[in-house]
Amino acid sequence: MSTLTQHESVLGLFEAAPATFLSLRQLGKESFYAQGMPALKAEEYKFTPLAKKLESSLTEFHPAQRVEISTEQVKSAVFPNFKGVVLVFSNGHFIAHLSTTTEGLTINLLSEIENTPLGSIAKPDKDPFTALNQATFTDGLHLSIENKKSIESPILLLQFHQAQGGQVISPRIWIEAGDFSKATFIDYHISVDAAPYFVNKVVEIKGGVHANISYHSLQEESNQVIEVSNLVTDIYQDAQFNSTQITLSGDMVRNNLTLNLLGSNSVGNMNGLYLLQGKSHVDNHTNVDHTIPHAESNELYKGILADQSRGVFNGKIFVRQIAQKTNAFQQNNNILLSEDAIINTKPQLEIWADDVKCSHGCTVGQLDEEALFYLQARGIDKITAKGLLLYAFAGEVLDKIEEDSLRNYIVNQIQNRLGSNF
Amino acid sequence: MLSIKNLHASIEGTPILRGINLEVKAGEVHAIMGPNGSGKSTLASVLAGREEYEVTEGEVFFQGKELLSLSPEDRAREGVFLAFQYPIEIPGVSTTNFLRTALNQVREYRGQEPLDAVKFLSLMKEKMALVEIDQKLLSRSLNEGFSGGEKKRNEIFQMAMLNPVLSILDETDSGLDIDALRIVSNGVNKLKSDTTATIVVTHYQRLLDYIIPDFVHVLYKGRIVKSGKKELALELEEKGYDWIKEEVDSTATV
Repeated sequence: MSTLTQHESVLGLFEAAPATFLSLRQLGKESFYAQGMPALKAEEYKFTPLAKKLESSLTEFHPAQRVEISTEQVKSAVFPNFKGVVLVFSNGHFIAHLSTTTEGLTINLLSEIENTPLGSIAKPDKDPFTALNQATFTDGLHLSIENKKSIESPILLLQFHQAQGGQVISPRIWIEAGDFSKATFIDYHISVDAAPYFVNKVVEIKGGVHANISYHSLQEESNQVIEVSNLVTDIYQDAQFNSTQITLSGDMVRNNLTLNLLGSNSVGNMNGLYLLQGKSHVDNHTNVDHTIPHAESNELYKGILADQSRGVFNGKIFVRQIAQKTNAFQQNNNILLSEDAIINTKPQLEIWADDVKCSHGCTVGQLDEEALFYLQARGIDKITAKGLLLYAFAGEVLDKIEEDSLRNYIVNQIQNRLGSNF
Repeated sequence: MLSIKNLHASIEGTPILRGINLEVKAGEVHAIMGPNGSGKSTLASVLAGREEYEVTEGEVFFQGKELLSLSPEDRAREGVFLAFQYPIEIPGVSTTNFLRTALNQVREYRGQEPLDAVKFLSLMKEKMALVEIDQKLLSRSLNEGFSGGEKKRNEIFQMAMLNPVLSILDETDSGLDIDALRIVSNGVNKLKSDTTATIVVTHYQRLLDYIIPDFVHVLYKGRIVKSGKKELALELEEKGYDWIKEEVDSTATV
């Protein structure tokens, strides 16, 4: 038996937790002990052996402290032509003096606000890492958008990560979007250096009636990073939630995205792109719960996998008996560029209502050789032709990002990679 | 310009071309005809550099260069153009976009400056008129949802843009109605010059009413078994291919 599966290693994390949210932390701790680190054969984590990975890669199971971040670092991290709010974090700690705000947005530390129902959306008993975060997060941010307030400029969460000895970073964010409000968030993870660390993040979002929330995540960290992200959203009547999950690197990354559709006429659009090389292992688990009639969900996840990289996609759609007239669509397409790359893809539909439109599909293929030859026969060299085809494949996801500065930045990063020997 | 000597090629071990000899000079139009399965499209593919075909014997010289040792893109840059029998659909890549990349790579190879957006656009407008193709079509995903005629017109449009020395039209008439056939042929005829040559691969004679060949060759069982002037095409149209098959097969048994 390893020490980690016996939970001895995480004791340090529990001990280091601040003396705030005591009952909440206690609940998290109990919930973590009840579930334990996912064992090797645990169904939810069966392709992504995080316990083993953490054990072999993390030397120190302690919280990473806040590190000094300079204005230059912030400046160079912000996307070209980005105009909006910038919220800066170091190892999950909010850095107020480097951050900006705007009208209609209220920013507080979690510890400054009483009675935030943390854990009511991302429930600790649903996932051991959510429970671990609830028990051990240091502090986090409470963001709220006023009712009827439409914030047109995007809100960039700039998360700098840096740890020397493979420590743990536990960011926690609570977002409340008021009725008839609108906001776009960009959650951008950056490694300051190549040292390994473990990010265990929880984001809870509550979208009020007719709210429109976009949440884009860009993971562009070092290839030493182990990361678990739990993003859980509740939306109510007529509300819309749009998300994009872009993963370009990492050692082992697990993204759990859960959307609870709690009001009729609510819509969820969830898109993702993973572009993997080396030995990166990226696992996207999505979970959409249609709890009421007349709601809609659309999912499109695409992956390009080179070298010995590994991808996992698991898309669960749950349509409850009462949720008649549900529209739920899901698509996962993958291109494998090497014989050693692996993808495990699994749609998981549980439909209890009988008057619904649901569809799912997944494909795994290689680069289209005929198309490649066609482009070459017009005078385009093989590498450029490959890049054109891969870019076209990925473009379907990128086109759905409305924020220009983010989309252009990603397009640029991807083209640099696809145009080379990717 | 093009000199094919004793060309043998096979696919997955099955010989398809069994000794092709052909000389094409600048300014000439050659028609390659023959029954289904005779190796017509294979010849076109081998010349363009499709990798599935293995050349087992023979040589091909194009403007003095050993063509078979060049990559498909370098053949295109040297001036070989293949109009595909079945143009590929590529979602997410527009004709305009990819063609600009292609043209500039070809120009770079030939030591020419790349075309800027304005010059590229004006060149496009000029060549679009040649095949009566709409600009809207060209900004859509390449060939995706195009009709058969639109795809073939797009092939000839690309040919016009790339300005090849040797154009190989592989069954360009297949799937074309009479109007599209006229437009496509007009385009090809306008692009002909004293310094370029065309190889028309076709099963039927009707395309040759529009693109008049200087020479007609009949391919059968991987060899050119008969060559003649344009009248040979008419004879084939009238009598079919059986008499040639009989002629060849009987000599083979003797």
